[in-house]
Amino acid sequence: MSDTIEREHGLHLLADMLRIRRFEEKCAECYSAGSIRGFLHLYIGEEAVAVGAMQVLGRDDAIVATYREHGHALARGISMDRLMAEMYGKQEGCSRGRGGSMHVFDAQTRFYGGNAIVGGALPIAVGLALADRMQQRARVTACFFGDGAVAEGEFHESLNLAALWKLPVLFLCENNLYAMGTRIDRAQSQIDLAAKARSYLMPAESVDGMDVLAVEAAATRAAEAVRRGGGPVFIECRTYRFRAHSMFDAELYREKSEVETWKTRDPVRTFTARLLEGGLATEADVAALETSVSGEIARAVRFAEAGTWEPVDDLLKDVYSPAPRREAPVLGAA
Amino acid sequence: MATTTYREALRAGLREAMVKDPRVFLMGEDVGQYGGSYAVSKGLLAEFGPERIRDTPLSESVFVGAGIGAALGGMRPIVEVMTVNFSLLALDQIVNNAATIRHMSGGQFNIPLVIRMATGAGRQLAAQHAHSLEGWYAHIPGIRIVAPATLEDARGMLWTALEDPDPVLIFEHQTLYNMEGTLADDAGPVDIDTAAVRRQGKDVSLITYGGTLGKTLQAAESLAREGIAADVIDLRTLRPLDMPTVLQSVRKTHRAVVVDEGWRSGSLSAEIVARLVEQAFYDLDAPVARVCTAEVPIPYPRHLEEAALPQPAAIVTAVHAMVTHHE
Repeated sequence: MSDTIEREHGLHLLADMLRIRRFEEKCAECYSAGSIRGFLHLYIGEEAVAVGAMQVLGRDDAIVATYREHGHALARGISMDRLMAEMYGKQEGCSRGRGGSMHVFDAQTRFYGGNAIVGGALPIAVGLALADRMQQRARVTACFFGDGAVAEGEFHESLNLAALWKLPVLFLCENNLYAMGTRIDRAQSQIDLAAKARSYLMPAESVDGMDVLAVEAAATRAAEAVRRGGGPVFIECRTYRFRAHSMFDAELYREKSEVETWKTRDPVRTFTARLLEGGLATEADVAALETSVSGEIARAVRFAEAGTWEPVDDLLKDVYSPAPRREAPVLGAA
Repeated sequence: MATTTYREALRAGLREAMVKDPRVFLMGEDVGQYGGSYAVSKGLLAEFGPERIRDTPLSESVFVGAGIGAALGGMRPIVEVMTVNFSLLALDQIVNNAATIRHMSGGQFNIPLVIRMATGAGRQLAAQHAHSLEGWYAHIPGIRIVAPATLEDARGMLWTALEDPDPVLIFEHQTLYNMEGTLADDAGPVDIDTAAVRRQGKDVSLITYGGTLGKTLQAAESLAREGIAADVIDLRTLRPLDMPTVLQSVRKTHRAVVVDEGWRSGSLSAEIVARLVEQAFYDLDAPVARVCTAEVPIPYPRHLEEAALPQPAAIVTAVHAMVTHHE
């Protein structure tokens, strides 16, 4: 656990986590109000993972994420306005409203989804890294996924190929202990997830995913190794989801006391306390952050509400690319 | 004109693409050292090296998905899947990712990926190497499906597919690899939008593609000897279908038989019949007929495999029923 951070950086990390926390709380409200529909998966409790990891990525690096990706999108720099508009399904949204909560895409920040098939994005991350390798670009592809994905064949295929070809992928496993409602030890014979990565001869470590500095430190080491061309690295971030899996989850599979125990390690609260105790921030700083975040959220909601629906005439647009086809002679009978 | 084979024509197409565009690379199971399970890529490893001719592990989902990722990252990947039955291990990547990402991202990301695979029966490979599932794939919006049935198309479809900004699946019928013929010295890219009329006739339209084109032409030949002239349509592209060409033929002949190595139920042939009913009902002089594969997993023994598949005699019989019925 690193103790020496600059005030400015500390406040930046806190601000990013707070933006996610409050954004997600607002999404839950909007969901109850019916302005957000479909499936909604909140990142509350896991903020330290996306925020810690995202610090080490540059503009040219790529991100591949899951359906619980609002936090990654915000930490990556997708505007809250466009993200909220996407939740609302408005065409001002970052995916033109086509994807909703689970399918956030953004070309500008190289954010390649928002993939709602567990494990389904890992092969894409491998391919993005392959493209970088083949074009000799010193980029990193950061691939976020959960413990549930580790049970999928695509996880094993992807780790094997990335390691075999020494591709620049940073695998970030957000182990929140539950694949929807199935606790990890009910689904996997080996619950030491880093051990699985090591079996593919990939450097791997496990970190406290509730500690933003620990995640950042591990991601920094890993990203440097990946960027140097040493092949993929795996980080297991041990974290916990405070809210239900989605908005349709009665949480029959875990005890309330377990949730409460994890909440004592709330990444936002503990990091705030650390900044205050270390004299890196004051109560006034934190209050100012809260005010600024709540203003940003209010603006995002207004932006989303003022957004427009994509015309029905555009329904079929972008199923295929509009690019004109090359003319070629029509084949006839010989 | 040079004598060549379907396999060599495919290889010539691959070579041309590799030479023309440094972003193009080939990956798949045994495409390199082994030379390709159907020997299509034989010699390419020596010519282009292991960076661009990539042998993969037996991990269909990741190497197809890596093709999607590499396409997103600016490359022009050609992914070879050994056979259509194995492509089922990569269905998640093809259907959930390749076909959806452009639309789902609001048009921000397109995927210029080509996936080639062998399809079809006829070589006694039994029920896990011989199915014709291209009709299944043709159900999916967001991907383009093509089936080269001639040397020209084997030679020329690949480059056009690579120029397409969206995913294209190329289905190569496994009985065609050894097909011999001549190819013009300047043979090159061909369109992947239109159907082709492979034989002209006024009495009946025989609509087919891929591995059954040869059998359908044989049937047409035999019909010609009894004075029945068949139009033979090679669909070439199974999605999107070139219905104008099909309709033009049916409006001329007023009779249609669809020949499809897929199973009849819920098939590409069913789609074509439905469209003919929707769009050419009053042009028809007889109910549309179909010659399809029997609804069984493809059996191993030759006599049963032959009995399961569409054969020229069955096509002739279908035409006879249609013609006599209305004379």
